[in-house]
Amino acid sequence: MTAYKTTMIKIDSATKTFRNNGASQLALSGVSFAVQAGERVALLGSSGSGKSTLIRAICGLEILDAGSGELLLNQKVVQSNGNLSKNIRQVRNHIGVIFQQFNLVGQLDVISNVLIGLCPHKNILQLLMRKFSDEEKAKALDALDKVGLIDIAYQRASTLSGGQQQRVAIARALVRDTKVILADEPVASLDPESSRKVMDTLVGLCEKFDLTLIASLHQLSIAKKYCQRTIALNAGKLYFDGATASLDAASIACLYGSVNNDLHD
Amino acid sequence: MKFEVSSESLARVKNKSIEDRRSLSYYVAWAVAIVILSWAWRGAEVRPLDLWADSGNMVKYAREFFPPNFKEWKLYVSEMIVTLQIAIWGTFLAILCAVPLGLLCASNVVKPWVYQPLRRCMDALRAINEMVFAMLFIVAVGLGPFAGVMAIFVHTTGTLAKLFSEAVETIDPKPVEGIRATGSHSMAEIVFGILPQVMPLWISYALYRFESNVRSASVVGMVGAGGIGVILYEVIRGFQYAQACAVLIILVFTVTLIDITSSYLRKWVV
Repeated sequence: MTAYKTTMIKIDSATKTFRNNGASQLALSGVSFAVQAGERVALLGSSGSGKSTLIRAICGLEILDAGSGELLLNQKVVQSNGNLSKNIRQVRNHIGVIFQQFNLVGQLDVISNVLIGLCPHKNILQLLMRKFSDEEKAKALDALDKVGLIDIAYQRASTLSGGQQQRVAIARALVRDTKVILADEPVASLDPESSRKVMDTLVGLCEKFDLTLIASLHQLSIAKKYCQRTIALNAGKLYFDGATASLDAASIACLYGSVNNDLHD
Repeated sequence: MKFEVSSESLARVKNKSIEDRRSLSYYVAWAVAIVILSWAWRGAEVRPLDLWADSGNMVKYAREFFPPNFKEWKLYVSEMIVTLQIAIWGTFLAILCAVPLGLLCASNVVKPWVYQPLRRCMDALRAINEMVFAMLFIVAVGLGPFAGVMAIFVHTTGTLAKLFSEAVETIDPKPVEGIRATGSHSMAEIVFGILPQVMPLWISYALYRFESNVRSASVVGMVGAGGIGVILYEVIRGFQYAQACAVLIILVFTVTLIDITSSYLRKWVV
Protein backbone atom coordinates (compact mmCIF):
# COMPACT_ATOMS: atom_id res chain seq x y z
CA MET A 1 0.00 0.00 0.00
CA THR A 2 1.37 3.42 -0.97
CA ALA A 3 1.91 5.83 1.88
CA TYR A 4 0.26 9.13 0.90
CA LYS A 5 1.69 12.37 2.17
CA THR A 6 -0.81 15.19 2.13
CA THR A 7 -4.46 15.77 1.36
CA MET A 8 -4.65 17.10 -2.18
CA ILE A 9 -8.43 17.47 -2.56
CA LYS A 10 -10.96 17.85 0.24
CA ILE A 11 -14.66 18.16 -0.43
CA ASP A 12 -17.13 18.87 2.33
CA SER A 13 -20.92 18.50 1.78
CA ALA A 14 -20.92 19.41 -1.90
CA THR A 15 -24.47 20.07 -3.05
CA LYS A 16 -25.52 21.32 -6.45
CA THR A 17 -28.99 21.94 -7.82
CA PHE A 18 -29.65 22.85 -11.44
CA ARG A 19 -32.69 24.99 -12.12
CA ASN A 20 -34.23 25.01 -15.56
CA ASN A 21 -37.59 26.57 -16.43
CA GLY A 22 -38.78 26.40 -12.85
CA ALA A 23 -37.86 22.72 -12.46
CA SER A 24 -34.97 21.89 -10.16
CA GLN A 25 -32.71 18.87 -10.40
CA LEU A 26 -30.37 17.77 -7.66
CA ALA A 27 -27.03 16.87 -9.25
CA LEU A 28 -24.96 16.50 -6.06
CA SER A 29 -26.22 15.97 -2.54
CA GLY A 30 -23.91 16.32 0.45
CA VAL A 31 -20.89 14.64 -1.16
CA SER A 32 -17.81 14.61 1.07
CA PHE A 33 -14.45 12.91 0.63
CA ALA A 34 -10.73 13.57 0.58
CA VAL A 35 -8.08 12.50 -1.92
CA GLN A 36 -4.42 12.19 -0.93
CA ALA A 37 -1.53 13.41 -3.07
CA GLY A 38 -0.52 10.81 -5.65
CA GLU A 39 -3.77 8.83 -5.45
CA ARG A 40 -5.50 7.64 -8.61
CA VAL A 41 -9.25 7.69 -8.16
CA ALA A 42 -11.91 6.43 -10.55
CA LEU A 43 -15.23 8.23 -10.38
CA LEU A 44 -18.02 5.86 -11.33
CA GLY A 45 -21.75 6.18 -11.73
CA SER A 46 -24.42 6.03 -14.39
CA SER A 47 -25.14 8.98 -16.69
CA GLY A 48 -26.62 11.87 -14.71
CA SER A 49 -25.23 10.63 -11.39
CA GLY A 50 -23.22 13.84 -10.89
CA LYS A 51 -19.69 12.79 -11.95
CA SER A 52 -19.12 15.63 -14.41
CA THR A 53 -20.69 18.17 -12.05
CA LEU A 54 -18.31 17.06 -9.30
CA ILE A 55 -15.24 17.31 -11.54
CA ARG A 56 -16.33 20.73 -12.80
CA ALA A 57 -16.90 21.85 -9.21
CA ILE A 58 -13.38 20.78 -8.20
CA CYS A 59 -11.85 23.04 -10.87
CA GLY A 60 -14.34 25.83 -10.18
CA LEU A 61 -16.18 25.64 -13.49
CA GLU A 62 -19.38 24.81 -11.59
CA ILE A 63 -20.36 26.76 -8.50
CA LEU A 64 -21.91 24.68 -5.74
CA ASP A 65 -25.08 25.65 -3.86
CA ALA A 66 -24.93 27.99 -0.89
CA GLY A 67 -24.64 25.87 2.22
CA SER A 68 -22.04 23.57 0.70
CA GLY A 69 -18.85 23.30 2.72
CA GLU A 70 -15.34 24.17 1.66
CA LEU A 71 -13.80 22.60 -1.40
CA LEU A 72 -10.02 22.64 -1.03
CA LEU A 73 -7.34 21.82 -3.55
CA ASN A 74 -3.74 21.64 -2.39
CA GLN A 75 -4.92 23.34 0.84
CA LYS A 76 -6.25 26.31 -1.12
CA VAL A 77 -9.95 27.17 -1.28
CA VAL A 78 -11.59 26.58 -4.67
CA GLN A 79 -15.05 27.50 -3.43
CA SER A 80 -16.87 27.77 -0.18
CA ASN A 81 -20.55 28.13 0.71
CA GLY A 82 -21.47 28.67 -2.95
CA ASN A 83 -18.85 31.34 -3.58
CA LEU A 84 -15.92 30.89 -5.93
CA SER A 85 -12.53 31.82 -4.49
CA LYS A 86 -11.14 35.17 -5.60
CA ASN A 87 -7.85 33.38 -6.29
CA ILE A 88 -9.44 30.74 -8.51
CA ARG A 89 -6.99 31.41 -11.35
CA GLN A 90 -4.02 30.70 -9.08
CA VAL A 91 -5.70 27.53 -7.79
CA ARG A 92 -6.43 26.36 -11.35
CA ASN A 93 -2.72 26.72 -12.10
CA HIS A 94 -2.17 23.40 -10.33
CA ILE A 95 -5.00 21.56 -12.11
CA GLY A 96 -4.94 19.96 -15.51
CA VAL A 97 -8.43 19.29 -16.81
CA ILE A 98 -9.09 16.75 -19.54
CA PHE A 99 -12.52 16.83 -21.11
CA GLN A 100 -14.54 14.15 -22.89
CA GLN A 101 -14.72 16.30 -26.05
CA PHE A 102 -11.03 17.32 -25.69
CA ASN A 103 -11.91 21.08 -25.76
CA LEU A 104 -8.97 21.94 -28.00
CA VAL A 105 -9.03 24.93 -30.34
CA GLY A 106 -9.40 23.11 -33.65
CA GLN A 107 -8.30 26.10 -35.72
CA LEU A 108 -4.90 26.28 -34.00
CA ASP A 109 -1.98 23.92 -34.50
CA VAL A 110 -1.11 21.27 -31.92
CA ILE A 111 1.81 23.16 -30.33
CA SER A 112 -0.32 26.30 -29.87
CA ASN A 113 -2.92 24.22 -28.06
CA VAL A 114 -0.22 22.93 -25.72
CA LEU A 115 1.21 26.43 -25.24
CA ILE A 116 -2.24 27.53 -24.01
CA GLY A 117 -1.32 25.60 -20.86
CA LEU A 118 1.37 28.22 -20.22
CA CYS A 119 -0.97 31.21 -20.63
CA PRO A 120 -1.51 31.70 -16.87
CA HIS A 121 2.06 33.03 -16.64
CA LYS A 122 1.52 35.65 -19.35
CA ASN A 123 0.55 39.30 -19.05
CA ILE A 124 -2.16 40.85 -21.21
CA LEU A 125 0.28 42.30 -23.76
CA GLN A 126 2.05 38.95 -24.23
CA LEU A 127 -1.34 37.27 -24.66
CA LEU A 128 -2.45 39.83 -27.24
CA MET A 129 0.80 39.36 -29.17
CA ARG A 130 0.59 35.55 -28.69
CA LYS A 131 4.20 35.76 -27.58
CA PHE A 132 5.94 32.64 -26.28
CA SER A 133 9.67 32.30 -25.66
CA ASP A 134 11.80 29.63 -27.33
CA GLU A 135 12.10 27.86 -23.94
CA GLU A 136 8.32 27.72 -23.63
CA LYS A 137 7.98 26.34 -27.17
CA ALA A 138 10.64 23.72 -26.38
CA LYS A 139 8.76 22.84 -23.19
CA ALA A 140 5.57 22.33 -25.23
CA LEU A 141 7.47 20.09 -27.66
CA ASP A 142 8.81 18.09 -24.69
CA ALA A 143 5.25 17.64 -23.40
CA LEU A 144 4.16 16.46 -26.85
CA ASP A 145 7.11 14.09 -26.91
CA LYS A 146 5.91 12.57 -23.62
CA VAL A 147 2.52 11.76 -25.19
CA GLY A 148 4.13 10.55 -28.43
CA LEU A 149 2.92 13.35 -30.69
CA ILE A 150 6.02 15.46 -31.32
CA ASP A 151 5.93 14.64 -35.04
CA ILE A 152 2.58 16.36 -35.54
CA ALA A 153 3.33 19.45 -33.44
CA TYR A 154 2.62 21.85 -36.31
CA GLN A 155 -0.49 20.12 -37.63
CA ARG A 156 -3.90 21.72 -37.20
CA ALA A 157 -5.63 20.22 -34.13
CA SER A 158 -8.95 19.65 -35.94
CA THR A 159 -7.24 17.21 -38.34
CA LEU A 160 -6.24 14.77 -35.57
CA SER A 161 -8.09 11.63 -34.50
CA GLY A 162 -10.00 11.57 -31.21
CA GLY A 163 -7.25 9.65 -29.43
CA GLN A 164 -4.56 12.04 -30.67
CA GLN A 165 -6.62 15.07 -29.62
CA GLN A 166 -7.03 13.62 -26.15
CA ARG A 167 -3.27 13.10 -25.88
CA VAL A 168 -2.74 16.74 -26.93
CA ALA A 169 -5.11 17.68 -24.09
CA ILE A 170 -2.94 15.60 -21.72
CA ALA A 171 0.17 17.41 -22.99
CA ARG A 172 -1.56 20.75 -22.36
CA ALA A 173 -2.30 19.65 -18.79
CA LEU A 174 1.29 18.52 -18.21
CA VAL A 175 3.16 21.45 -19.70
CA ARG A 176 2.89 23.44 -16.48
CA ASP A 177 3.23 22.89 -12.77
CA THR A 178 0.26 20.53 -12.53
CA LYS A 179 -0.37 18.64 -9.30
CA VAL A 180 -3.82 17.26 -10.04
CA ILE A 181 -5.33 15.86 -13.22
CA LEU A 182 -9.11 15.91 -13.46
CA ALA A 183 -10.30 13.81 -16.37
CA ASP A 184 -14.00 13.97 -17.26
CA GLU A 185 -14.77 10.78 -19.19
CA PRO A 186 -11.45 10.98 -21.04
CA VAL A 187 -12.03 7.85 -23.12
CA ALA A 188 -15.82 7.89 -23.49
CA SER A 189 -15.72 8.93 -27.14
CA LEU A 190 -12.74 6.77 -28.15
CA ASP A 191 -12.41 3.28 -29.60
CA PRO A 192 -10.90 0.56 -27.32
CA GLU A 193 -7.37 0.81 -28.75
CA SER A 194 -7.29 4.63 -28.50
CA SER A 195 -8.78 4.35 -24.99
CA ARG A 196 -5.99 2.03 -23.93
CA LYS A 197 -3.31 4.34 -25.39
CA VAL A 198 -4.81 7.42 -23.72
CA MET A 199 -5.16 5.73 -20.33
CA ASP A 200 -1.65 4.21 -20.52
CA THR A 201 -0.23 7.65 -21.31
CA LEU A 202 -2.27 9.42 -18.66
CA VAL A 203 -1.61 6.98 -15.84
CA GLY A 204 2.02 6.46 -16.84
CA LEU A 205 2.66 10.20 -16.59
CA CYS A 206 0.74 10.45 -13.30
CA GLU A 207 2.99 7.73 -11.85
CA LYS A 208 6.15 9.30 -13.25
CA PHE A 209 5.41 12.80 -11.95
CA ASP A 210 3.53 11.73 -8.81
CA LEU A 211 0.32 13.45 -9.87
CA THR A 212 -3.09 12.99 -8.28
CA LEU A 213 -5.70 11.73 -10.73
CA ILE A 214 -9.47 11.78 -10.58
CA ALA A 215 -11.00 10.27 -13.70
CA SER A 216 -14.70 9.81 -14.28
CA LEU A 217 -15.19 6.59 -16.21
CA HIS A 218 -17.92 4.39 -17.57
CA GLN A 219 -15.80 1.30 -18.26
CA LEU A 220 -15.38 -0.57 -14.99
CA SER A 221 -12.52 -2.63 -16.42
CA ILE A 222 -10.52 0.56 -16.98
CA ALA A 223 -11.19 1.67 -13.41
CA LYS A 224 -9.97 -1.67 -12.12
CA LYS A 225 -6.84 -1.62 -14.28
CA TYR A 226 -5.69 1.93 -13.64
CA CYS A 227 -7.12 3.22 -10.35
CA GLN A 228 -6.53 1.91 -6.82
CA ARG A 229 -9.54 3.70 -5.40
CA THR A 230 -13.08 4.17 -6.65
CA ILE A 231 -15.66 6.74 -5.65
CA ALA A 232 -19.12 5.92 -6.95
CA LEU A 233 -22.04 8.31 -7.15
CA ASN A 234 -25.67 7.35 -7.39
CA ALA A 235 -28.28 10.07 -8.04
CA GLY A 236 -25.85 12.71 -6.78
CA LYS A 237 -25.05 10.91 -3.51
CA LEU A 238 -21.85 9.18 -2.46
CA TYR A 239 -22.62 5.50 -2.92
CA PHE A 240 -19.22 3.83 -2.61
CA ASP A 241 -15.76 4.95 -1.56
CA GLY A 242 -13.05 2.34 -1.29
CA ALA A 243 -10.56 0.12 -3.04
CA THR A 244 -11.58 -0.59 -6.64
CA ALA A 245 -10.88 -4.27 -6.10
CA SER A 246 -13.50 -4.42 -3.35
CA LEU A 247 -16.29 -3.19 -5.65
CA ASP A 248 -18.51 -6.28 -5.79
CA ALA A 249 -21.18 -7.38 -8.27
CA ALA A 250 -24.04 -6.31 -6.02
CA SER A 251 -22.70 -2.76 -5.78
CA ILE A 252 -22.25 -2.58 -9.54
CA ALA A 253 -25.76 -3.91 -10.12
CA CYS A 254 -27.17 -1.23 -7.84
CA LEU A 255 -25.04 1.46 -9.51
CA TYR A 256 -25.87 0.66 -13.12
CA GLY A 257 -29.10 -1.29 -12.77
CA SER A 258 -27.41 -4.52 -13.96
CA VAL A 259 -24.18 -6.45 -13.42
CA ASN A 260 -21.60 -5.15 -15.86
CA ASN A 261 -19.36 -8.01 -16.94
CA ASP A 262 -16.90 -5.45 -18.20
CA LEU A 263 -15.45 -5.41 -14.67
CA HIS A 264 -14.61 -9.07 -14.75
CA ASP A 265 -12.70 -9.24 -18.03
CA MET B 1 -40.37 -10.07 -48.47
CA LYS B 2 -43.27 -7.64 -48.64
CA PHE B 3 -43.16 -4.84 -46.13
CA GLU B 4 -46.67 -4.45 -44.71
CA VAL B 5 -47.77 -1.06 -43.48
CA SER B 6 -49.22 -1.30 -40.00
CA SER B 7 -52.60 0.19 -39.22
CA GLU B 8 -51.10 1.95 -36.16
CA SER B 9 -48.58 3.85 -38.31
CA LEU B 10 -51.31 4.79 -40.79
CA ALA B 11 -53.46 6.08 -37.95
CA ARG B 12 -50.51 8.11 -36.62
CA VAL B 13 -49.88 9.68 -40.04
CA LYS B 14 -53.56 10.64 -40.30
CA ASN B 15 -53.60 12.11 -36.80
CA LYS B 16 -50.46 14.12 -37.58
CA SER B 17 -52.10 15.49 -40.78
CA ILE B 18 -55.10 16.60 -38.74
CA GLU B 19 -52.79 18.27 -36.19
CA ASP B 20 -50.89 20.04 -38.98
CA ARG B 21 -54.00 21.57 -40.56
CA ARG B 22 -53.68 25.27 -40.98
CA SER B 23 -55.15 27.09 -38.07
CA LEU B 24 -57.13 30.33 -38.11
CA SER B 25 -54.00 32.28 -37.15
CA TYR B 26 -52.39 31.22 -40.46
CA TYR B 27 -55.16 32.92 -42.47
CA VAL B 28 -55.20 35.94 -40.13
CA ALA B 29 -51.44 36.39 -40.72
CA TRP B 30 -51.99 36.45 -44.49
CA ALA B 31 -54.88 38.93 -44.13
CA VAL B 32 -52.69 41.24 -42.00
CA ALA B 33 -49.90 41.09 -44.60
CA ILE B 34 -52.33 42.05 -47.39
CA VAL B 35 -53.75 44.96 -45.34
CA ILE B 36 -50.23 46.31 -44.69
CA LEU B 37 -49.29 46.10 -48.38
CA SER B 38 -52.52 47.94 -49.40
CA TRP B 39 -51.95 50.62 -46.76
CA ALA B 40 -48.34 51.18 -47.92
CA TRP B 41 -49.45 51.26 -51.61
CA ARG B 42 -51.60 54.33 -50.92
CA GLY B 43 -49.00 56.20 -48.89
CA ALA B 44 -46.22 55.50 -51.39
CA GLU B 45 -48.47 56.59 -54.30
CA VAL B 46 -47.47 53.55 -56.33
CA ARG B 47 -48.73 54.14 -59.90
CA PRO B 48 -47.21 51.51 -62.20
CA LEU B 49 -49.30 52.67 -65.18
CA ASP B 50 -47.42 55.98 -65.18
CA LEU B 51 -44.33 54.08 -66.27
CA TRP B 52 -46.18 53.09 -69.41
CA ALA B 53 -47.81 56.50 -69.97
CA ASP B 54 -44.46 58.39 -69.73
CA SER B 55 -42.42 55.79 -71.57
CA GLY B 56 -41.82 58.17 -74.47
CA ASN B 57 -40.09 60.70 -72.18
CA MET B 58 -38.01 57.98 -70.65
CA VAL B 59 -36.80 56.67 -74.00
CA LYS B 60 -35.88 60.23 -75.06
CA TYR B 61 -34.03 60.78 -71.78
CA ALA B 62 -32.20 57.47 -72.06
CA ARG B 63 -31.09 58.24 -75.62
CA GLU B 64 -29.22 61.31 -74.39
CA PHE B 65 -26.93 59.01 -72.36
CA PHE B 66 -25.55 57.40 -75.51
CA PRO B 67 -22.94 57.35 -76.81
CA PRO B 68 -21.01 57.85 -73.54
CA ASN B 69 -18.48 60.71 -73.55
CA PHE B 70 -15.07 59.57 -72.18
CA LYS B 71 -13.26 62.82 -73.07
CA GLU B 72 -12.53 63.52 -69.37
CA TRP B 73 -11.77 59.88 -68.50
CA LYS B 74 -8.55 60.71 -66.63
CA LEU B 75 -10.49 62.90 -64.19
CA TYR B 76 -13.18 60.25 -63.78
CA VAL B 77 -10.63 57.52 -63.10
CA SER B 78 -8.68 59.67 -60.61
CA GLU B 79 -11.93 60.49 -58.76
CA MET B 80 -12.89 56.83 -58.82
CA ILE B 81 -9.56 56.07 -57.14
CA VAL B 82 -10.38 58.71 -54.50
CA THR B 83 -13.72 56.91 -53.95
CA LEU B 84 -11.84 53.64 -53.45
CA GLN B 85 -9.48 55.36 -51.01
CA ILE B 86 -12.48 56.69 -49.04
CA ALA B 87 -13.90 53.15 -48.86
CA ILE B 88 -10.53 51.66 -47.84
CA TRP B 89 -10.00 54.04 -44.92
CA GLY B 90 -13.65 54.08 -43.87
CA THR B 91 -13.70 50.28 -43.74
CA PHE B 92 -10.28 49.99 -42.06
CA LEU B 93 -11.20 52.38 -39.23
CA ALA B 94 -14.54 50.61 -38.82
CA ILE B 95 -12.83 47.21 -38.51
CA LEU B 96 -10.44 48.58 -35.85
CA CYS B 97 -13.39 49.77 -33.75
CA ALA B 98 -15.69 46.83 -34.54
CA VAL B 99 -13.25 44.22 -33.18
CA PRO B 100 -13.45 45.32 -29.52
CA LEU B 101 -17.07 46.48 -29.90
CA GLY B 102 -18.05 43.14 -31.46
CA LEU B 103 -16.66 41.36 -28.39
CA LEU B 104 -18.27 43.82 -25.99
CA CYS B 105 -21.67 43.42 -27.70
CA ALA B 106 -21.61 39.59 -27.40
CA SER B 107 -23.80 38.11 -24.68
CA ASN B 108 -21.43 35.18 -24.14
CA VAL B 109 -18.45 37.46 -23.42
CA VAL B 110 -19.74 40.27 -21.19
CA LYS B 111 -22.57 40.96 -18.75
CA PRO B 112 -25.93 42.40 -19.94
CA TRP B 113 -25.18 45.79 -18.39
CA VAL B 114 -22.24 46.08 -20.80
CA TYR B 115 -23.65 44.62 -24.02
CA GLN B 116 -27.19 46.02 -23.83
CA PRO B 117 -26.29 49.77 -23.89
CA LEU B 118 -23.50 49.15 -26.41
CA ARG B 119 -25.86 47.28 -28.72
CA ARG B 120 -28.31 50.20 -28.61
CA CYS B 121 -25.47 52.59 -29.54
CA MET B 122 -24.55 50.34 -32.49
CA ASP B 123 -28.24 50.27 -33.52
CA ALA B 124 -28.19 54.07 -33.63
CA LEU B 125 -25.06 54.10 -35.82
CA ARG B 126 -26.69 51.68 -38.26
CA ALA B 127 -30.04 53.47 -38.26
CA ILE B 128 -28.53 56.66 -39.69
CA ASN B 129 -27.58 56.37 -43.35
CA GLU B 130 -24.06 57.19 -44.60
CA MET B 131 -25.52 60.08 -46.64
CA VAL B 132 -26.85 61.73 -43.47
CA PHE B 133 -23.54 61.18 -41.67
CA ALA B 134 -21.73 62.67 -44.69
CA MET B 135 -23.83 65.85 -44.49
CA LEU B 136 -23.10 66.10 -40.75
CA PHE B 137 -19.35 65.54 -41.22
CA ILE B 138 -19.18 68.07 -44.05
CA VAL B 139 -20.30 70.64 -41.48
CA ALA B 140 -17.69 69.34 -39.02
CA VAL B 141 -14.62 68.82 -41.24
CA GLY B 142 -15.56 70.64 -44.45
CA LEU B 143 -16.19 69.44 -48.01
CA GLY B 144 -13.99 66.67 -49.31
CA PRO B 145 -13.11 62.98 -49.02
CA PHE B 146 -12.39 63.05 -45.26
CA ALA B 147 -16.08 63.71 -44.56
CA GLY B 148 -16.83 60.63 -46.69
CA VAL B 149 -14.28 58.54 -44.77
CA MET B 150 -15.87 59.56 -41.46
CA ALA B 151 -19.42 58.89 -42.71
CA ILE B 152 -18.52 55.40 -43.88
CA PHE B 153 -16.42 54.69 -40.79
CA VAL B 154 -19.19 55.57 -38.34
CA HIS B 155 -22.00 53.73 -40.15
CA THR B 156 -19.88 50.65 -40.91
CA THR B 157 -18.72 50.43 -37.28
CA GLY B 158 -22.35 49.93 -36.24
CA THR B 159 -22.92 47.28 -38.88
CA LEU B 160 -19.68 45.34 -38.38
CA ALA B 161 -19.94 45.42 -34.57
CA LYS B 162 -23.35 43.73 -34.84
CA LEU B 163 -22.14 41.14 -37.36
CA PHE B 164 -18.95 40.46 -35.37
CA SER B 165 -20.87 40.04 -32.10
CA GLU B 166 -23.33 37.63 -33.74
CA ALA B 167 -20.36 35.55 -34.95
CA VAL B 168 -18.92 35.51 -31.42
CA GLU B 169 -22.26 34.34 -30.01
CA THR B 170 -22.26 31.29 -32.27
CA ILE B 171 -18.82 29.93 -31.26
CA ASP B 172 -18.30 26.53 -29.69
CA PRO B 173 -17.88 27.28 -25.95
CA LYS B 174 -15.88 24.10 -25.21
CA PRO B 175 -12.44 25.35 -26.35
CA VAL B 176 -12.98 28.53 -24.31
CA GLU B 177 -13.86 26.46 -21.26
CA GLY B 178 -10.73 24.38 -21.85
CA ILE B 179 -8.64 27.56 -21.68
CA ARG B 180 -10.53 28.86 -18.62
CA ALA B 181 -9.75 25.59 -16.82
CA THR B 182 -6.00 26.35 -17.15
CA GLY B 183 -6.42 29.39 -14.90
CA SER B 184 -5.56 31.83 -17.69
CA HIS B 185 -6.58 35.48 -17.87
CA SER B 186 -9.84 36.24 -19.75
CA MET B 187 -7.69 37.78 -22.48
CA ALA B 188 -6.30 34.29 -23.24
CA GLU B 189 -9.86 33.03 -23.67
CA ILE B 190 -10.46 35.77 -26.25
CA VAL B 191 -7.13 35.53 -28.08
CA PHE B 192 -6.82 31.73 -28.17
CA GLY B 193 -10.42 30.58 -27.78
CA ILE B 194 -12.71 33.07 -29.49
CA LEU B 195 -10.65 34.83 -32.19
CA PRO B 196 -9.43 31.68 -34.00
CA GLN B 197 -13.04 30.50 -34.23
CA VAL B 198 -14.54 33.75 -35.54
CA MET B 199 -11.68 35.02 -37.70
CA PRO B 200 -12.77 33.47 -41.04
CA LEU B 201 -16.28 34.86 -40.57
CA TRP B 202 -15.01 38.28 -39.47
CA ILE B 203 -12.76 38.54 -42.54
CA SER B 204 -15.64 37.53 -44.76
CA TYR B 205 -17.92 40.19 -43.22
CA ALA B 206 -15.22 42.87 -43.47
CA LEU B 207 -14.65 42.12 -47.16
CA TYR B 208 -18.37 42.18 -47.84
CA ARG B 209 -18.67 45.55 -46.13
CA PHE B 210 -15.74 46.86 -48.16
CA GLU B 211 -17.61 45.94 -51.36
CA SER B 212 -20.67 47.67 -50.04
CA ASN B 213 -18.64 50.71 -48.94
CA VAL B 214 -17.21 51.26 -52.43
CA ARG B 215 -20.83 51.70 -53.59
CA SER B 216 -21.67 53.89 -50.59
CA ALA B 217 -18.56 56.04 -51.10
CA SER B 218 -19.73 56.96 -54.60
CA VAL B 219 -23.11 58.04 -53.20
CA VAL B 220 -21.78 60.10 -50.28
CA GLY B 221 -19.76 62.06 -52.81
CA MET B 222 -23.03 63.47 -54.16
CA VAL B 223 -23.47 65.56 -51.02
CA GLY B 224 -19.91 66.89 -51.31
CA ALA B 225 -17.93 64.23 -49.52
CA GLY B 226 -15.43 63.81 -52.39
CA GLY B 227 -14.77 61.14 -54.99
CA ILE B 228 -16.65 60.10 -58.12
CA GLY B 229 -19.99 61.07 -56.56
CA VAL B 230 -19.11 64.78 -56.83
CA ILE B 231 -18.42 64.43 -60.58
CA LEU B 232 -21.61 62.41 -61.09
CA TYR B 233 -23.68 65.03 -59.30
CA GLU B 234 -22.13 67.86 -61.34
CA VAL B 235 -22.63 66.24 -64.76
CA ILE B 236 -26.24 65.28 -64.01
CA ARG B 237 -27.01 68.78 -62.76
CA GLY B 238 -25.39 70.21 -65.91
CA PHE B 239 -27.55 67.96 -68.17
CA GLN B 240 -24.32 66.34 -69.49
CA TYR B 241 -25.88 62.91 -69.80
CA ALA B 242 -23.20 61.44 -72.13
CA GLN B 243 -20.56 62.30 -69.51
CA ALA B 244 -22.84 60.93 -66.76
CA CYS B 245 -23.04 57.68 -68.71
CA ALA B 246 -19.21 57.50 -68.91
CA VAL B 247 -18.95 58.07 -65.13
CA LEU B 248 -21.58 55.37 -64.47
CA ILE B 249 -19.76 52.88 -66.72
CA ILE B 250 -16.48 53.48 -64.80
CA LEU B 251 -18.36 53.15 -61.51
CA VAL B 252 -20.10 49.91 -62.49
CA PHE B 253 -16.85 48.45 -63.87
CA THR B 254 -14.93 49.26 -60.66
CA VAL B 255 -17.65 47.99 -58.33
CA THR B 256 -17.97 44.76 -60.33
CA LEU B 257 -14.19 44.25 -60.21
CA ILE B 258 -14.15 44.81 -56.42
CA ASP B 259 -17.12 42.45 -55.99
CA ILE B 260 -15.44 39.67 -57.96
CA THR B 261 -12.09 40.08 -56.17
CA SER B 262 -13.71 40.28 -52.75
CA SER B 263 -15.94 37.29 -53.43
CA TYR B 264 -12.86 35.27 -54.47
CA LEU B 265 -11.00 36.36 -51.32
CA ARG B 266 -13.95 35.49 -49.08
CA LYS B 267 -14.16 31.99 -50.53
CA TRP B 268 -10.42 31.59 -50.01
CA VAL B 269 -10.58 32.77 -46.38
CA VAL B 270 -13.67 30.77 -45.35
